[in-house]
Amino acid sequence: MTQEIDTDTPVAEIQDVPRAPASIKKSGVRWGEFLIKGWLGLCAFVSIVTTAAIVILLLSETLNFFDTVSPGEFFLGTTWTPLFEPSSYGVLPLVWGTMIVTIGAAIIAIPTGLASAIYLSEYASDEVRRIIKPVLELLAGIPTVVYGYFALTFVTPLLRSVIPDIQVFNALSAAIVVGIMILPMIATLSDNALRAVPESLRQGAYALGATSYEVTTRVVVPAGLSGVMASFLLAISRAIGETMAVTLAAGQTPNMSLSMFESIQTMTAYIVQVSLGDTPTGGIAYQTLFAVATLLFVITLVINIVSQVILNRFREVYE
Amino acid sequence: MPLTTEQEHRNLAKRHRKARIFARFCAAVTWSGVVLLGLLLYQVSIDGFGWLDWQFLDSFPSRFPERAGIKSALVGTVWLIALVAVISIPVGVSTALYLEEFAGRGRIAKIIEVNIANLAGVPSIVYGILGLAIFVRYFALERSLISGALTMSLLILPVIIIASREAIKTVPQGIRSAAYSLGATKWQTTWAHVLPASFPGIMTGVILALSRAIGETAPLIMIGALTFVAFLPEGPMDSFTALPIQIYNWVSRPQEEFHELAAAGIIILLAVLLIMNATAIYIRNKTERRLK
Repeated sequence: MTQEIDTDTPVAEIQDVPRAPASIKKSGVRWGEFLIKGWLGLCAFVSIVTTAAIVILLLSETLNFFDTVSPGEFFLGTTWTPLFEPSSYGVLPLVWGTMIVTIGAAIIAIPTGLASAIYLSEYASDEVRRIIKPVLELLAGIPTVVYGYFALTFVTPLLRSVIPDIQVFNALSAAIVVGIMILPMIATLSDNALRAVPESLRQGAYALGATSYEVTTRVVVPAGLSGVMASFLLAISRAIGETMAVTLAAGQTPNMSLSMFESIQTMTAYIVQVSLGDTPTGGIAYQTLFAVATLLFVITLVINIVSQVILNRFREVYE
Repeated sequence: MPLTTEQEHRNLAKRHRKARIFARFCAAVTWSGVVLLGLLLYQVSIDGFGWLDWQFLDSFPSRFPERAGIKSALVGTVWLIALVAVISIPVGVSTALYLEEFAGRGRIAKIIEVNIANLAGVPSIVYGILGLAIFVRYFALERSLISGALTMSLLILPVIIIASREAIKTVPQGIRSAAYSLGATKWQTTWAHVLPASFPGIMTGVILALSRAIGETAPLIMIGALTFVAFLPEGPMDSFTALPIQIYNWVSRPQEEFHELAAAGIIILLAVLLIMNATAIYIRNKTERRLK
């Protein structure tokens, strides 16, 4: 069925074109749209408020803390006994505790995490990936308190059967479980970085006669290095902020021992210890909470920012 | 000096051997991770399975291990997650919509974006301190469910926002153009087309974020969720306990029986998480197929 189109009459002469409704001609501000956009913007603003609240709160309470305790004593002192007399406010033992647990965890998780990432991106078949990826995601999703349980009931007894004079609460056990905890994070993030390296680079290296080992270590990993490094840093920052597993496994004894067989206390474990007791608001013990938390916040923030800078600035972009 | 053929052969064989060993090493490391997960689950289940019965689910905590149960913790967790969902989903998804659809590429959008990325890396215990100082003390909400839910919502907001933005980004531009060309306004387009198209992706992100909230312990300890609660919360202002807190409490006791109770609690917690993760993976797989 065809309709005849009147092509003879000039367009200007067609009379009965419906007029545009007034609402379109005079469209002013649409209040509904305006309100909704305002609401959405307000929600986005929540994140700014959160950051501001964290920074203002931590800074103001930390400044109050520094009215009583000099920054020199806090940053350089080597004894941490804020909860009993004679009180001493040197934060170094807590930093040390956090550091040895983190370094121990990194020594375990970085090589194994990278090896897993290489296996997943370079060697594993699609079927194997389909099994292992969800398993890694599951491992990453296990709550940290469960890792604490694992440390106390499995890792520590195992260590004690090998090393008889290790303490019940010890830094080694904490480092091992934190290492297991951050491993999936390194593996999945590094896997993503390595898979982003274009296939043509691998093909080129193979064409020159390189073995799979040489292709991986001299072409693929260097090409994906920014992503791999960023994954290491994010995992380390996670290990520093990790709380429940280290509180349960490493104990509550702030000291600067070189031995990983002894009980230590991390910054996070101290915060838990204070909040479990009934510390009055406003006292010096309450303020130490914020001083330690500020230090923790600044350390993790710096590491996270460095990892973002590495990602943005050193990323090799292949087209 | 050029190598002789024999040297070349030996050299090549050595390089290939190295490559084989390396490949096996990487495979062994990865599979041992899988074995480790198996071992962990096995260990937990042989410890805790004997304690799992109706009595365990239907009892309050107790000094006597044989009478102790997780009723109040389980109910507390359900309350907490429901409140967290009600608070964090609207705010998180709205933020994502604002950043993707309304904010443009301006300076403010950039600041919010960087800010959210940094918030995602803040240790959970710092959120706990924030909750303690702001909600528990300043707003005087006490050690209540609502304090815990607000703290936990702030903690998982960055996760929800980032996941939702990824989902919204995958909506083809053509869908928006088609809506606009029919005269739809920005919000009509967003509400009726962009949001439904990205809904499965957003749901996946939300479920994963909520499952993180279920397992978080440190912030709840900070705001003072109680470890011994022999009653059920009846409203958002009631004090409460939650599964991970109860597990922490049992693990930190010296007696063997309480460790086994903790294992039983962990089984319940992991079962809840597994169901949520499986749902998320199911939604993801289903929609991946549909989009292709």
